[in-house]
Amino acid sequence: MTTAAWKIAADLPDPELPVVTIADLGILREVTEDDQGRVHVQITPTYSGCPAMETISADLVEALTQAGYQRVDVEFVLSPAWTTDWMTEEAKAKLEAYGVAPPGPVALALSVKCPQCGSLDTRESSRFGSTACKSLWVCRACREPFDHFKAI
Amino acid sequence: MTSADYVLGLADDALVSAQRMGWWISRAPQLEEDLALANIGLDQLGQARSLLSYAGTMLDRTEDDLAYLRDDREFRNVWLVERPQTDFGVTMARLLLFSAWQRELYAALVTSSDATLAGIAGKAVKEVAYHLDHASQWVIRLGDGTDESHSRMQAALDAEWPYLDELFEGAPELRPAVLARIEQVVAEATLAVPEVAPVVGGGRHGLHTEHLGYLLAEMQHLHRSHPGATW
Repeated sequence: MTTAAWKIAADLPDPELPVVTIADLGILREVTEDDQGRVHVQITPTYSGCPAMETISADLVEALTQAGYQRVDVEFVLSPAWTTDWMTEEAKAKLEAYGVAPPGPVALALSVKCPQCGSLDTRESSRFGSTACKSLWVCRACREPFDHFKAI
Repeated sequence: MTSADYVLGLADDALVSAQRMGWWISRAPQLEEDLALANIGLDQLGQARSLLSYAGTMLDRTEDDLAYLRDDREFRNVWLVERPQTDFGVTMARLLLFSAWQRELYAALVTSSDATLAGIAGKAVKEVAYHLDHASQWVIRLGDGTDESHSRMQAALDAEWPYLDELFEGAPELRPAVLARIEQVVAEATLAVPEVAPVVGGGRHGLHTEHLGYLLAEMQHLHRSHPGATW
């Protein structure tokens, strides 16, 4: 998994959450390369309709082509379905520092901690936020609104 | 073996519903709801794309061909999703019925012997759970709200209920679980389960209401006027 091509692909930032890479998020699934300079990349969407997939695909082709690979194929795979449990701990820490409350473990209804002041006294103002993968929350302590990465 | 017509039915339900959800963008009663309805439509559009691509492998056509170059008689969606939804109560009543059914359907398809369909269902089932929850919350809030919101929510439910039956065509085994879920929400919303006769819809056979033609005209005209246009 730590081939040169994997490293290049793994370093790509997510277009909607540029503080984390596509590997951090668990979107990058597999990178295989052969001795002819051909690379096959598998990525999986967070949500079926995630509009960032086209951009990620184009970014992968560009980054790998610039690194000298002759042919780059990007394949979208749906199964097994992406889950926020695949997000690395490092990614969750980066999201929190960025102001997005990271997801907890799936199937546990924990209170969401405000990424600004750390209070647990928060409430959900909408199940759907600025992108399909996030919901909107408000902190009752510091009164700041914030995004929460939904656990799925 | 899965038939292309079956996959097209599921794809067209999601695609047509997504198009109706899109109508609400910039028109929802509040910003949060505008985002919610847009995101629900986006999820449905994503499901439709996966399903249309899969149907396309059986029919040797692309997803764009199937979305933009079929006429209404070739669409396989149910009547529930194709009628206008410019009333917020109707939108939520319909989403409750539709997502409760999709939830049971996709949960069942996760264990399908068709690996592609099972993969699509595995993604969709998690998204639809959010749609069902969203619709449930609004139906309860409006039903158990003021006299005005209660009567309008009841009227919306009465208007959508006749179209529930068509969803179970070919898969009647889903009915008990879907109805149990819907009736639980209806009871919590202090609403009455409508006693209305079902409409005999023909969507799975390509027979549609007049409304689908207008929806397709809007959805398809750009692609048909400028074939192959990209931006």
